[in-house]
Amino acid sequence: MMNKLAIFAKGAATSATRHWLMQRVTAIILIPLTFRLIVFLNLCMTAPYQETVAWLKSPLNTICIEVWLLAVCYHSAIGLQVVIEDYVANQERQVKLIKAINLSFLFLAVAALFFIFRIM
Amino acid sequence: MAEFTLPKNSVVAKGKTFTAQEGTKNIRRFEIYRWDPDTGENPRIDIYELDADLCGTKVLDGIIHIKSEIDSTLTFRRSCREGVCGSCAMNVNGKNSLACTKAISDYPDTIKIYPLPHLDVVKDLVPDMTHFYAQYAEIKPWLTANTTPPATERLQSKEERDKLDGLYDCVLCACCSTSCPSYWWNSEKYLGPAVLLQAYRWLVDSRDENTEERLNQLDDAYKLYRCHTIMNCTDTCPKGLNPAKAIAETKKLLVQRKA
Repeated sequence: MMNKLAIFAKGAATSATRHWLMQRVTAIILIPLTFRLIVFLNLCMTAPYQETVAWLKSPLNTICIEVWLLAVCYHSAIGLQVVIEDYVANQERQVKLIKAINLSFLFLAVAALFFIFRIM
Repeated sequence: MAEFTLPKNSVVAKGKTFTAQEGTKNIRRFEIYRWDPDTGENPRIDIYELDADLCGTKVLDGIIHIKSEIDSTLTFRRSCREGVCGSCAMNVNGKNSLACTKAISDYPDTIKIYPLPHLDVVKDLVPDMTHFYAQYAEIKPWLTANTTPPATERLQSKEERDKLDGLYDCVLCACCSTSCPSYWWNSEKYLGPAVLLQAYRWLVDSRDENTEERLNQLDDAYKLYRCHTIMNCTDTCPKGLNPAKAIAETKKLLVQRKA
């Protein structure tokens, strides 16, 4: 039944093994990308606006931050799904919560990407 | 939601105290969980002071001494008394183990004994293993072959046989499964470390011919993937086995199959 729940993670939900594997893959992807994000956050707090936007416009940085965004939203959604499956025994409530989590992260990912493209 | 508090009828009360006779030199104190379904009362902790010089060296010897000499109503399972049958699995001072393999002298102070956690209690230290055994049967813990049986035994090389070491030794005492928080929350659907160790035992058996079917059965969000590598199972196994590794190897087999 869980296979039908993933909204933007169809590939990851086709089997339990793929779901588990994608959690690990996104976790590994996030390690190097997070270092790039720290540079970006540091710029946001310390550098002038123009300098930060210029940094973000560099193709490598754009790709890194966008991939980080997608990976972190995906990773969080499938991770929280596991937590809900662990602790919410009521099947109906479980399905609703997982749908809500997936929709929330989908919205977050789309909104974040939209705003990044908007400031560039 | 998962329950984090005990229901009213499970709150453990203070029970009777059986003090040692005067003049006893080597007193050991046992606190034991007692529950009798026939009385309708809440479970209680009875305290027994026994003369350790009069009983054997193991915790199970102490319990047998209590039943024989102090309180014959105490109920527990035991059989081989040497860590082979797995009957006397119980929670001793917070850790699941076989009472027959733990020395009384390993515990410096009071020895607190409870039934295995998170299983229904039949009486005192006897847990209900029905569901555990049903899960074990679910993985078909026997050799399955589709080809015509050979005229002689199904032979294995030494290397193939070596793969079963650390797996076939499991005595199905359920210490590992009942120490696993994932099993506590989802024992209806999650197979638990003991059964998964056995599932892996048949996955790596060179004579078994249904590996694919066995893997298909395990490729499930609940049956296998509730394992979050907490590793209580490996920590608690009284036989020194490593169910967490067996589960990790099963996941690797599944990933390799996908690739």
